[in-house]
Amino acid sequence: MDPIISVRGLGKQYRLATRRAAYATLRESIMRRLRGLGRDSTADGERTFWALRDVSVDVAPGEVVGVIGRNGAGKSTLLKVLSRITDPTEGEVDLYGRVGCLLEVGTGFHAELTGRDNVFLSGAVLGMRREEIRRKFDDIVGFAGVAAFLDTPVKYYSSGMTMRLAFSVAAHLDPEILIIDEVLAVGDAAFQQKCLGKMGDAARQGRTILFVSHNMAAVRGLCRRVLLLDGGRIVMDGDVDACISRYLADASESGANQVDLSMTHSRQGHGELRFHRITLCATGDRAIVPAGRRIELQLDMRVETAVSDVELSVAVDTAEGVRVCEWSSGATLGRIARLEPGAYRLNCGVDQNILSPGRYVLAPIARTGRRILDYVPGAMPFEIAWSGDGVHDGRDDPSGLVRVGSTWTPPESAPGI
Amino acid sequence: MHIRIRPNRGWTALSPHALWAHRELLALLIWRDLRVRYAQTALGAAWAVLQPLSMMLLFSVVFSRVSGLHSGRVPYPLFAYAALLPWTFFSNATTHAAHSLVASAHILTKVYFPRVLVPLATVLSCLVDLLLGLVMLAPLMAFYRAAPGWHLLWLPLAVALATIVALGAGIGIAAVNVKYRDVRFALPFAIQLWLFASPVFYSTEQLPARWQWVAALNPVAAPIEAFRASLLGLPIDIRVLCISGGATILLLAAAAMTFLRVERSFADIV
Repeated sequence: MDPIISVRGLGKQYRLATRRAAYATLRESIMRRLRGLGRDSTADGERTFWALRDVSVDVAPGEVVGVIGRNGAGKSTLLKVLSRITDPTEGEVDLYGRVGCLLEVGTGFHAELTGRDNVFLSGAVLGMRREEIRRKFDDIVGFAGVAAFLDTPVKYYSSGMTMRLAFSVAAHLDPEILIIDEVLAVGDAAFQQKCLGKMGDAARQGRTILFVSHNMAAVRGLCRRVLLLDGGRIVMDGDVDACISRYLADASESGANQVDLSMTHSRQGHGELRFHRITLCATGDRAIVPAGRRIELQLDMRVETAVSDVELSVAVDTAEGVRVCEWSSGATLGRIARLEPGAYRLNCGVDQNILSPGRYVLAPIARTGRRILDYVPGAMPFEIAWSGDGVHDGRDDPSGLVRVGSTWTPPESAPGI
Repeated sequence: MHIRIRPNRGWTALSPHALWAHRELLALLIWRDLRVRYAQTALGAAWAVLQPLSMMLLFSVVFSRVSGLHSGRVPYPLFAYAALLPWTFFSNATTHAAHSLVASAHILTKVYFPRVLVPLATVLSCLVDLLLGLVMLAPLMAFYRAAPGWHLLWLPLAVALATIVALGAGIGIAAVNVKYRDVRFALPFAIQLWLFASPVFYSTEQLPARWQWVAALNPVAAPIEAFRASLLGLPIDIRVLCISGGATILLLAAAAMTFLRVERSFADIV
């Protein structure tokens, strides 16, 4: 069968300088031109790197392909090139069919507009025709369960309602090729289940799906084929379980206790605030914490434009991508009233470390209300080591994600049972 | 349907074919811009008329009464208002369009459609304001007992010309703004200077003859003079129209080239 997606020798190069300074000023650019006069323009040490290199892959119609890999492996870049958001530096892609891409929930939503207006606007932005939206309108509203508020501006919706409506629009998009990024990551468990269910439906209807995720359970459940990316290249292509085991094995290798996040592409949010570094303190140079021991984190961030009512948190996911918990600044700091532009550092201490021994990843999140400012999924892999601290004396591998101590009475004879 | 993705997209980002395919989205974006612009304003679309009207009053007092600028057989307020309509449209459309790409960054980095639709929709949405302002001209002309002549038939052409100039400036500046946020500071200032360089409170023929062609290098000069000519039946200098029209073509070409350059790397630098 002819492929529906054909990627040949795809590469994407980034200049580091342009990404560090989010945007230049005219003066810098003019000065650089002046300095560059009479010599090679690349000579002033402009560093580049390949976010994607030599990627070639064919996808047959109806295939559901998972794309996995560590942060910076090139997953997001691949999706961005395939969805035409950014141009490749080299190579070629042929797509034979209508492409729908879902890189976030709520693309095209505008807070001032009513729910009804937003359905049409967001639908059109995602590539639906007006006639198509009109036909599916009742289904979309029904699925979201917001029929009573259709003529209310979305800014008065609760965050849950907005999410449901936004996802419902996206879920009714039915192109031949569906490109999905980790849209499910920021939502409650019930919502994630609903999203996964809808994607399962799409897969069963024979759509071709490309699905990027850190959630291995979701990848296992949906995909028949997996591409494992590392350093911008496809290192493994094929069997789901084999790719996932290799990914999990690789994930445990990286273990620095400090991760620079300023360059990473794999993030979501509006960007008024950016996390620049996450450090796991007092652990030596590897990110290993003995079970039960206090966890201390340091977050470095930059505020680009002043923001108010900020809530910071760090989410803990298992290596498989299941969210265990979220440590939020809200409990101690409330909402941070205002952060002026500049660099900030703050610490987060977790006294009750009840995580079971195993591999986890930390993901810092900054929000104001429902608006995500910055979110770096899978930012820092770390390990909880078995410590023999008594909580699970007698068992080397307690089952379950958390260890909660318990007291038992010795068995007494109870003949009456 | 077949899409080929390649390193160099060339002119496809501005291809009429792609724009036509997205006409429904364009209509929705125009409508969104209108809704959002007047959301939670007490006076709503009345602002579209109040802006040129209050400028007209100001100009009438300052330039006609105080400095004694003549407008020939046409009452000065009409003379000013007929020029303020395309000028207000141009300055609003350019300013809104200049910020449109950056303001829509959260959409443009998450989904692909021809990005030129965003500034295009903004400029076209300002056209609605222009039409409202034109409606206001009717009672004004009745008040001054000035009847429009057959010249009025040229009005659609004058409107089209104004739109093209606003598109050129708006799209070009929007593209520059993606890379250099200096635009945010420079633009309001530049627009103010531009007002004085444009034949709004004076007409090109009132300038010394040897400076008239310099003034005509301004792309906005042609639509302004064309508005006056069609609404008030004032004579129009064909040479001014041609020079200004030529400048407009250069502006459009420069805007298209700037836009195409930025379009390719938009998601990486915004």
